[in-house]
Amino acid sequence: MPMKVGNLPFFEGVDKAISNTYMVNAVSSAQDGLREKKLKATVGDETLGDWEEWRRAGEEIRQFTLNHLDYYLKQLSDNFAARGGHVYFAQTVEEAQNYVRKIVRSKNAKNIVKSKSMVTEEISLNEALEAEGCDVLETDLAEFILQVDKDRPSHIVVPSVHKDRRKVREAFQKLGYSGSDEPKELAAFARKTLREKFLHADVGITGCNFAVADTGSICLVTNEGNANMVTSYPETQITVMGMERLVPSWKELDVLVTLLCRSSVGQRLTTYVTDITPADQTDTVDGPKDFHLVIVDAGRSRALGTEFQPALQCIRCAACLNVCPVYRHIGGHAYGSIYPGPIGAVLSPILGGYKEYGKLPYASSLCAACTEACPVRIPLHELLIKHRQKYVAGAGHPQTGEKIAMKAFGIGAKSPFLFKAGMKMAPIFLKPLVHDGSISKGPGPMKPWTHGRDLPAPSKENFREWFKKHQAEAGNPPTTVNADGSRSEAK
Amino acid sequence: MSNGTIENRDQFLETIAQKLGHAAGEAVTTPEWKHQPQWAVYENKTPEQLVEIIKKASESIHTQVVETNSADLAESLNHLIDSYGGGAILATSDKRFSEWGLSDVLEARHVAIWDTLKGHENIDLAAHANIGLSICDVMLAESATAGLFNDKDKARSVSLLPVTSIVLVPKSTIVPRLTQAMALVQKQVDADESPAPYINFISGPSNSADIEMRLVVGVHGPVKVAYLIINDR
Repeated sequence: MPMKVGNLPFFEGVDKAISNTYMVNAVSSAQDGLREKKLKATVGDETLGDWEEWRRAGEEIRQFTLNHLDYYLKQLSDNFAARGGHVYFAQTVEEAQNYVRKIVRSKNAKNIVKSKSMVTEEISLNEALEAEGCDVLETDLAEFILQVDKDRPSHIVVPSVHKDRRKVREAFQKLGYSGSDEPKELAAFARKTLREKFLHADVGITGCNFAVADTGSICLVTNEGNANMVTSYPETQITVMGMERLVPSWKELDVLVTLLCRSSVGQRLTTYVTDITPADQTDTVDGPKDFHLVIVDAGRSRALGTEFQPALQCIRCAACLNVCPVYRHIGGHAYGSIYPGPIGAVLSPILGGYKEYGKLPYASSLCAACTEACPVRIPLHELLIKHRQKYVAGAGHPQTGEKIAMKAFGIGAKSPFLFKAGMKMAPIFLKPLVHDGSISKGPGPMKPWTHGRDLPAPSKENFREWFKKHQAEAGNPPTTVNADGSRSEAK
Repeated sequence: MSNGTIENRDQFLETIAQKLGHAAGEAVTTPEWKHQPQWAVYENKTPEQLVEIIKKASESIHTQVVETNSADLAESLNHLIDSYGGGAILATSDKRFSEWGLSDVLEARHVAIWDTLKGHENIDLAAHANIGLSICDVMLAESATAGLFNDKDKARSVSLLPVTSIVLVPKSTIVPRLTQAMALVQKQVDADESPAPYINFISGPSNSADIEMRLVVGVHGPVKVAYLIINDR
């Protein structure tokens, strides 16, 4: 499955992650740093005015664009093609892979350089092209590290956040690196290694932060300069975009680029904000001669017109990851999806289905920090609850066990005799498991609970009995509640 | 570039329109947005105040800012080039260099000028140059960002491949922030002009914090960046 990271079921992935002390520390520290930078560049930057007004501006633009997505996609593709570019609409992952493969084959291309792109991770483009015999090189520093170390991203903006400098050094040693573990020296090695590759690649592949419908332009928001290399020297450029990642015109691009740069990395603008428009490049030395745009649905349209449509407002800033207490403790890989954190828990079931990702919405304390952090006001925690409702109602998993359990509970709860008998029997049945007044190793459905905390042992005396006794001791006669809410002495 | 093509569109858009509950491609007018906080940022700042904002913002992006006036431009540029070690220099093909009387300096320094007729040789020159010289088209004060409207002559490689990028910034191109630059592009588009094929907003040297969140300055693009602001008003 393209979006999948690792092979572990969710809870096993969590167990593995929380025992990885280095990863947990690295993620916590990165979260603190990124959150602090974001706050300084948003609510803490007086020159911006009211940050909430910016968020409302972002929400307004994203909502309107999504509500008229077909119109703006038509406009984008018309303008892109009118300037000489080639547009392909891919309904599925396979269609997107096949189109890119077809282009690469037709160019007889072997050397491919890529800049960082979540959507190409989502559609497993590297694997598809490697199967064609191509050498696909990730050129974003973090993605390069992950590729050399055969690892996957664990954060949307800082994909190698789970690796320390020693691990990076070990990875680079596979390429003949013999220097220290100083980040500066490691980055210089990547610069030297990749420079020649950029200049001699056949095809450059990028993602797309935003497309501008009005002119058929592509905007890339980056820091390292690798995306500029990827879009300048190969003869062919292929840009892959999620179908929702567009704005009507340059005016809206301003607002969304501002929200993205400040919310993701706390910069006023990233080092490079690059806007590329197809043009006649016959005489151009440093630009592609052939420019392709692949617009990908791959499950996104399932959210349109539903309560999950706001999830498509996302601009992939990862601000929600950087405030999430669950992400902080389990990191990115435990989610089992290339989209981790709160937005991952919302998006993954939409794109990949409940069968694979139906448990992810439970990876949340519903504290709503994600909703508060989102620059385009996606009600993330509310969407997580809606996913849980779907899951409980049976989406993506057989309910046989649950149905039997609930039916049994229904029968017991309806009959006063059975209910009372159950209450009496519970302490007796559970007695072998009780130590010092609590259960620390529960069986079956109790297991996930007692794995994290003790379960208080059921009391021999239930609340009704205790209350009756308490009232009697206090000298209050037992009362019953009448239909109108008043109380009268029990007979 | 060849003639453009569009594949697989109709069914794709039909699916979206059905989900949204309207006819595919139904025409719509982008509204006047209710929320537009962007215009109030640095509203009514004088050019001098905007220069001060650039200087302050440059500090946090590791970029040197030098101010000069038209009369002293050649001397200031020479001095700046020396301070970055001179060596091989490449400049974009931009008539503003000669309009500002810089031809002599460029010649004396043996500065190579981007020339599309020389093809790939330009890229080799850029890759081995110590300094690239470009001229800014719109300068954003808020983030100390040089906006370059790159094309075949005002080539992108000049501010990308050399170790050092020196950008000449006419004071008349300074605007408060990205908002005004985007409005400028939009104005061109509304007048049926094509935007430059490669509009590059550059804020300082390339960098990365991908290893333990430690900032490394100089990754794939230039390691050093300097702005030479020219008082041309």
